[in-house]
Amino acid sequence: MEFIQDLITTLNFILQGLWVTIGVTIVALTVGLLFGVVTAMLRVYGNAFFKRLAAVYSVIVRAVPVIVIIFILYFVIARFVNLSPFWAGSLALGFASGAYQTEIFRGAFQSVPPGQMVAARAIGMSRLQAIQSIIFPQAVRLALPGWGNEATLVLKDSTLVFVVGVPEILRRAQQVSARTLEPFVAYAAALLLYLALTLLTTQILQWLERRYRLQM
Amino acid sequence: MTTAPILRIEDVYKSFGETRVLNGFSLTIQPQEVVVLVGPSGSGKSTLLRCINLLHPPTAGRIWLEEQEITAPGVNQDKVRQRIGMVFQDFNLFTHLTALGNVMIGLTKVRKMHKQEAHDLAMLELERVGLVERANHYPAQLSGGQKQRVAIARALGMDPHIMLFDEPTSALDPELTGEVLEVMQQLAKEGMTMIVVSHEMGFARQVASRVVFMEGGIVVEEGPPAQMFEQPVHERTRAFLRKITDLDEGGK
Amino acid sequence: MQQFLELLGNAFPYLVAGTLETLRIATGALLLGIAIGLPTGVGRVYGPPWLQRVLGAYVTLFQGTPLLIQLFFVYYGLPSLGITFPQFIAALLTLGLNSGAYQAEYLRGALQSVGVGQMTAARAIGMSETQAIRSIILPQALRLVLPAWSNEVIAMLKNTAVVFVIAIPDLMGQAKILASKYFAPLPIYMIVAVFYIVLVGITYLLLRQVERRTQIPGLTNEAE
Repeated sequence: MEFIQDLITTLNFILQGLWVTIGVTIVALTVGLLFGVVTAMLRVYGNAFFKRLAAVYSVIVRAVPVIVIIFILYFVIARFVNLSPFWAGSLALGFASGAYQTEIFRGAFQSVPPGQMVAARAIGMSRLQAIQSIIFPQAVRLALPGWGNEATLVLKDSTLVFVVGVPEILRRAQQVSARTLEPFVAYAAALLLYLALTLLTTQILQWLERRYRLQM
Repeated sequence: MTTAPILRIEDVYKSFGETRVLNGFSLTIQPQEVVVLVGPSGSGKSTLLRCINLLHPPTAGRIWLEEQEITAPGVNQDKVRQRIGMVFQDFNLFTHLTALGNVMIGLTKVRKMHKQEAHDLAMLELERVGLVERANHYPAQLSGGQKQRVAIARALGMDPHIMLFDEPTSALDPELTGEVLEVMQQLAKEGMTMIVVSHEMGFARQVASRVVFMEGGIVVEEGPPAQMFEQPVHERTRAFLRKITDLDEGGK
Repeated sequence: MQQFLELLGNAFPYLVAGTLETLRIATGALLLGIAIGLPTGVGRVYGPPWLQRVLGAYVTLFQGTPLLIQLFFVYYGLPSLGITFPQFIAALLTLGLNSGAYQAEYLRGALQSVGVGQMTAARAIGMSETQAIRSIILPQALRLVLPAWSNEVIAMLKNTAVVFVIAIPDLMGQAKILASKYFAPLPIYMIVAVFYIVLVGITYLLLRQVERRTQIPGLTNEAE
């Protein structure tokens, strides 16, 4: 009985971290999406200089553990602006995710058949117009499965902002375990909560993918 | 005939879920016979071959291989399959092994031969199908006809008492069928008992001791090739054989 | 600049020691991951239904939760049940179990993409199912799994960076100590990033060599 009571108290406490986890994930994914799409466009359609710059960002960031990126950016950001750990951590995670999203969108842009661009130019579109209204809409659909995969990875990586003090699921679990002295219950609850979250996300993403496929 | 049959198939049924493919198929085969099995697609030819070597055990009915009932419970199916060689339409060569490796692996792993012994025997089998100089090539480096000859060598290596051929030439370009049929003809001459599912009517006329026409999972008619081609009893047989013979000759 | 070089000089030996620790953990966890992933992958494809379900649950659990929380659970949570590990073992076990789940999935994909004809042909020459899996299916699946496995090696190198939270002196753990010792977090973490880039870069080049050597002649890798 006491165990159940413990578990309920613990879950209740950790649940408040759930919203933080979801918040970090959404901010990081959005930031990463911006970085990813822009960098991918530069890598595929940019001039030699931008191509190289985009490649360096993607290759270097992907070679460094996300947690190191978070530490570095946390201290870089702290030097210039006074941001809360939530925003600093989320932005850093987004910057890291951007490198992975670059590769996803690069692959998608490159697998739109070249004839699409030729045909768009042939009806008088500018290069930018063609990318905007012909290539991009197709690439987004092609990128969806890879992007969904990245979304679940970011969801799991969002727990890394724990190290800069963001009160997400793991941090809350740590706090409650210090209070109840039941670390097993606390971390088991955190794991179960996360499992539910990733399974739900996977379901939503699969549903999205199916929907999109039907529209094609 | 006084000799004991090598293979006796008695009233075999085979269903996959709701679909009945074999409907009481019976056939007896004497040693050294070459039986060519013809019939429209879906008539159960491939299924029959897979029932015979127990890849798909029959739903009902019994099969004897050299006096042993192989459909009896408790029979070691792996041992049975060693005595029955099988050649597939799409070759199914082991992609990660050379031609030699493909022939050797059954010898070392199943027949438990020593490496050197297996190597020597495998080379002999490759010689039999005329591919010694391709021994160290991987399947992806061989033509379709060469692949099928390696597959035959692989089956021969197991020292089978009977060979089953499941449309051995139908995945091949027309100009490559000849080399495979030649090897099969040679095997027949050496006295190998064979069941061949094939629509190569030239091969059937020249090599078959019997042609069996099946449809709907049963034998409709059987007889020596001359009789089957010249004076078939059943109208269905006549129509079918005329159709594929025309196609055959049209194709050449 | 002078200051930075001095810092680099002071930190260098510690970071090299940290690199060795990172390599030790990554190698151990990868080997453990193979030891778990190989039978799990095979069991998920060829095992009886109950086994497939059990192994599936293991994979879902480890793929569906963050490595960092798994590590906390193993190191801080399990002692409540009387199961206590030294730090290094806890890290090895968590990373190994985590990697095993991913490796099992890669192998499962590879096993399923070996054509069914290969099994049929193996059975047709009299091999038992176990023999066919061992001598025909697995050798092909292991070659197919190599590109995914290479990615897993790189991922493992990066994943080890979380073990500093249980006070293991890996590359990141050393960085944490040095950052507070010299009160210069940013330069230290930048140097550490370069260490990781070199480590990952070298590993990547080595793995590409291995992939090239194990290709089956005549078969082109579609991934290229």
